[in-house]
Amino acid sequence: MTALQMRLPVSFRLEPRLTAPRWLSPALTAGALVVALVISGVFLAIVGADPIRVYQHILVSSFGDIGVLSDTLVKATPLILTGLACSLAFRMRLWNIGAEGQLLMGAWGASAVVLFPLVPAGSPAIVVLPAMLVGGFLGGALWGLIPGALRARFGVNEIIATLMLNSIAFAWIQYWVFGPWTEGGFQMTRKFPPEAWLPRLSDLEAVVPAFRGLTVHAGFLIAIAAAVVVWFIVERSAWGYEIRLTGDNPRAARYAGIRIGRNVLLVFAVSGGIAGIAGMTEVAGVVHRLQDNFSPGYGYTAIIVAYLAKFKPLRVIPVAILFGGLILAGREIQPSGVPAMIQGTILFCLIASEVFLRYKVAIVRRATRVASAKAG
Amino acid sequence: MPEGDERMRDAPSGIVIPGVAAASGSAPAASPLAVELRGITKRFPGVVANDGVDFTLARGEVHALLGENGAGKSTLMNILDGLYQPDEGTILIDGQPVAFRSPRDAIAAGLGMVHQHFTLVDSMSVTENILIGLDKPRFRLDLRRKGAEIAELAEANGLRVHPGAKLWQLSVGERQRVEILKVLYRGARVLIMDEPTAVLAPQEVDDLFRTLRSMTAAGRSIVFISHKLGEVVSIADRVTVMRRGRVTANGLPATGMSKAELARLMVGREVLESLERTWLPPGDVTLSLDNVQAMSDMGVPALRGVSLDVRAGEIVGIAAVAGNGQSELAEVISGLRPCHGRILVSGEDIANHPVRKVIARGVAHVPEDRTGVGTAPNLSLVDNLIMKRYRHKPIARGWTIDMGAARASATDLKDSYEISAPSIDTEARLLSGGNIQRLILAREIESEPKLMIAVQPTRGLDVGAVEAAHRLLLERRTAGAAILLISEDLDEVLTLADRVAVLYEGRIVGIEDAAGADVGRIGLLMTGGTPEDPLRGEDEHVEAAAKGLA
Amino acid sequence: MDLVLIMAAGIGVGTILLFAAVGEILAERSGVLNLGVEGMMLLGAVAGYATAVSTGNAWLGVLMAMLAGGLLSLLHAIVTITFRADQVVSGLALTFLGTGLASVLGEGLSKSGAISLLPAFSIPGLSLIPVLGPVAFTDQSIMVYVGYVLVPATWLWINHTRPGLNLRSVGEEPAAADALGVNVAATRYRYTIAGGVLAGLAGATITLAVQPGWFGALTVNGRGWIAVGLVIFAQWSPFRAAAGAYLFGAVVQLTLAMQLPPTLLGLPNPFYEYHPNTFFLEMLPYALVLLALVLGSREAMRKRIGAPAALGIPYIRGERGR
Repeated sequence: MTALQMRLPVSFRLEPRLTAPRWLSPALTAGALVVALVISGVFLAIVGADPIRVYQHILVSSFGDIGVLSDTLVKATPLILTGLACSLAFRMRLWNIGAEGQLLMGAWGASAVVLFPLVPAGSPAIVVLPAMLVGGFLGGALWGLIPGALRARFGVNEIIATLMLNSIAFAWIQYWVFGPWTEGGFQMTRKFPPEAWLPRLSDLEAVVPAFRGLTVHAGFLIAIAAAVVVWFIVERSAWGYEIRLTGDNPRAARYAGIRIGRNVLLVFAVSGGIAGIAGMTEVAGVVHRLQDNFSPGYGYTAIIVAYLAKFKPLRVIPVAILFGGLILAGREIQPSGVPAMIQGTILFCLIASEVFLRYKVAIVRRATRVASAKAG
Repeated sequence: MPEGDERMRDAPSGIVIPGVAAASGSAPAASPLAVELRGITKRFPGVVANDGVDFTLARGEVHALLGENGAGKSTLMNILDGLYQPDEGTILIDGQPVAFRSPRDAIAAGLGMVHQHFTLVDSMSVTENILIGLDKPRFRLDLRRKGAEIAELAEANGLRVHPGAKLWQLSVGERQRVEILKVLYRGARVLIMDEPTAVLAPQEVDDLFRTLRSMTAAGRSIVFISHKLGEVVSIADRVTVMRRGRVTANGLPATGMSKAELARLMVGREVLESLERTWLPPGDVTLSLDNVQAMSDMGVPALRGVSLDVRAGEIVGIAAVAGNGQSELAEVISGLRPCHGRILVSGEDIANHPVRKVIARGVAHVPEDRTGVGTAPNLSLVDNLIMKRYRHKPIARGWTIDMGAARASATDLKDSYEISAPSIDTEARLLSGGNIQRLILAREIESEPKLMIAVQPTRGLDVGAVEAAHRLLLERRTAGAAILLISEDLDEVLTLADRVAVLYEGRIVGIEDAAGADVGRIGLLMTGGTPEDPLRGEDEHVEAAAKGLA
Repeated sequence: MDLVLIMAAGIGVGTILLFAAVGEILAERSGVLNLGVEGMMLLGAVAGYATAVSTGNAWLGVLMAMLAGGLLSLLHAIVTITFRADQVVSGLALTFLGTGLASVLGEGLSKSGAISLLPAFSIPGLSLIPVLGPVAFTDQSIMVYVGYVLVPATWLWINHTRPGLNLRSVGEEPAAADALGVNVAATRYRYTIAGGVLAGLAGATITLAVQPGWFGALTVNGRGWIAVGLVIFAQWSPFRAAAGAYLFGAVVQLTLAMQLPPTLLGLPNPFYEYHPNTFFLEMLPYALVLLALVLGSREAMRKRIGAPAALGIPYIRGERGR
């Protein structure tokens, strides 16, 4: 960089910013999004797709009418929940990359309630569904507790640990779906009985004809409720204060008497549990069975959702809806790597843009300094 | 008085005529000034650190740069050393204008800076530390041969060091010698020493001054940054005083200057800390340490059986050179480090108890590291101020935090402790050092502790903040708290404390009343000497380091 | 189940991890955590394969793969060193970006048919050594032999040369290096890019040597992450990384081989009898990495000197600590 600067009459310096105007952060986020879309557009053009058409397609097929909007909300539901899970953990600087695995184990836990079964067969929905919710939470929480314990006890890097556990969870589901629970050897279990289905809007089509075909389900309400609960925990509770303090400065947290090890376990457990609920809503609300590879990477997209929402629980909701639309449309776009590419580009541009939040670019005229040196 | 140099003739208006250095046999260079700074200006966000500063350094002299913390001395020298670039102004070395883009250029020009905070790699050896950043050897690293070279160089300059020792094994004085060797090895003709005596005991200071004089006798020139008037008067040939980024006295000869004059130039008024000190009858024993032993982070014993009592309404000051166990002492009492032995607070043993419980027992801790431990930089003032009280009423309400009560308390504290900040929602990292310390003191005192541990409470603060901190500590003392003051600044300890305890190599080697204490004797104890054998401590250390690493 | 064949194959597979791990060691020794290895490997894999398909020259493919990895890591360097953004998130973002981009660019590549691969051969003389010969020096890809040279060379570089000393100082105490004139930013750029180049090389080793072909995102399948975990297990030593990589490769090959025969050690093979049981075998490599992480982390905690002290912390001149 210096070599380039030598040829310019000015040099650029990054100077730390003392305060930032309130409009700067949202402006930078919006700017980063635009830049990311442009860059992705360039890549699309390189492989021969028409970026404008691709983006248009995404808008229309995800937000174009009430029907697709309902489908988008269906995709957004697990994203809200996993986004919350990631936000909670990231707030304490615990990099839970395992939301995907915790989602899978939650799905398994919820399915176990029905398929073992853990509640008597034929029980009414009012019993089965809450039991599945608990099963989902427990499944995810236990799966989150493993990397949490490894980190608290041995200082194991949680990023790699959670990633490994994601792969293990994936294989675990495969075992059950191709093995003991399989339906005819195909990669799925039998369909759940009706009492294990989360109610959807289309269930009410007899009463409200406009709801015909709308598959958005009660899981969406669960997700919104979870967002409010997480908000309350983080912003208003003493535990939330400990999380925020530890995330900002672990040494100060220790000095303040916070039991960091215990909090690592708790946060990972709760984070995993929330992701587990996402798994439950998917098997009980969408596919109504447990099947192989039912998640298009919700747990990974959740990381970007959490980051874009700046780890704030309530902001996760609109961001998740946006990305839900992206995932929905992404299923029909060729080439298949496009949504991942766009997501990666967005995240990258976001973090690159943050530099302007902490620093401002100062342009220094080089002529002055050289002249005064000669004047000596 | 340094011998061998030509003395300077002074002119009443402050214009200085540089003398001729007594360098052996060297022909006079183009300019008798080793270094000249003209009109240096440097701005940082929110502050002008240097404002049109002029400074000259004659060859072979020791030139002191005096000023209180925040006056701009370190910034000026960092510019000279190439770490920063000036916004305006010129630098001349031996009469030639130069522009340093990085420390590398400064080193090439014969300048070497010994920083206040040592920049050394703990996990590497002395030799490796000295060899970092050199252009040759081209590729292969022959540590043994280079180590021998370094030992020779050290010997020639009166510095004792073992080249193979790992840095983390060395004492502070030894580490400073490595820093000096770093610049000597690179052929530095001009040395800039930034507060070199801040971490040394009085005897070590004498050793350092001897070394500096032998270096000037060899033709080197030294800039000596300090805020300690006594030292400046004893070692410097000339003095430049800075205040708030400007020069208030430029290159005055040091002989004949009084400390009062220098103080006035530094601060703009007579500096005489007038502290209200009331005599209090001895209270109950609040803190009792009984044969406390603890290990340091490096797995070496740091505390080897410390026993000490502190009573209510009393300040006990710990005088010690850095690295003798003070940090660990503060940590075992506040629960941040495990230990053996007993630590009784009002009769109850809190040794090895969780920090939470120690805080609940009424122990407050003003930590050494303000920004790394004492505050959460990106959280607001409110969040920082409730750090010790969020589990108790009125801030706590069941499992939640009553934000209304928290904010009211924060506003209250901000006003009464004069914490200067735009609002209570300002992030802590934006506060100046003095204000951060006010915040920490406000927080710790607010819980009305019966025991306070204050570690380096005024390091790096300007005079106003120092006075405020001292006043608050004394107020707490009057209110009946027991205070353990751990400070490297012997003056501060002697001013504030009722009794002074000397900590050396993890043991208390002496306790006396502060009033009428013999500084010389205390200094001796701090370096492990006894009145019969003053030099025992230092050499032992070097030999031990040598033995452990054959 | 021919153990010799399994171990020999394991070395081939392990070489992939080896390149990525050594690259990561270099980057981390300079203080930069690069979590984008997975994305860089995949991008390198597709770049190498696509180039080899279109030009017919596998070596050109290797070059392009290294370039691709280097470019992606350049982005990481700019964002984390110059912009001082969080290294963890930047790495994650680049993993997403790299993997997505590679999938997009690699569309349709799997139907390309056979291509020329990098040469594989035995080393005369060395291949005759009992046990070691057939395993390490017989019929291995040239990349494997490159790996054998790379490991000691890297070790020498880091520990016994002047540039290596500067590298270590930048990763341990950048302020010390800076004060002595070492260009901290430039050093970190250099070694971060070196890490990316090696990750790209690892990707090319997959598609052009050890596991030829393009299989979309499955081509790398988490091995970039395993390499990062391996670095922790290796305590930042190239030799230990090599040992871990080869061991891991051997275990993976073993689990594959275990699924085939009807009997195992005289008993009926559970993986042959009931196919779903093989999914547990699939879990094994990941569980092993977890074990390696635990062992490595415990050792680091015990010795108290583990990762380079300044790893993950942006260096800003004039600022003390964080």
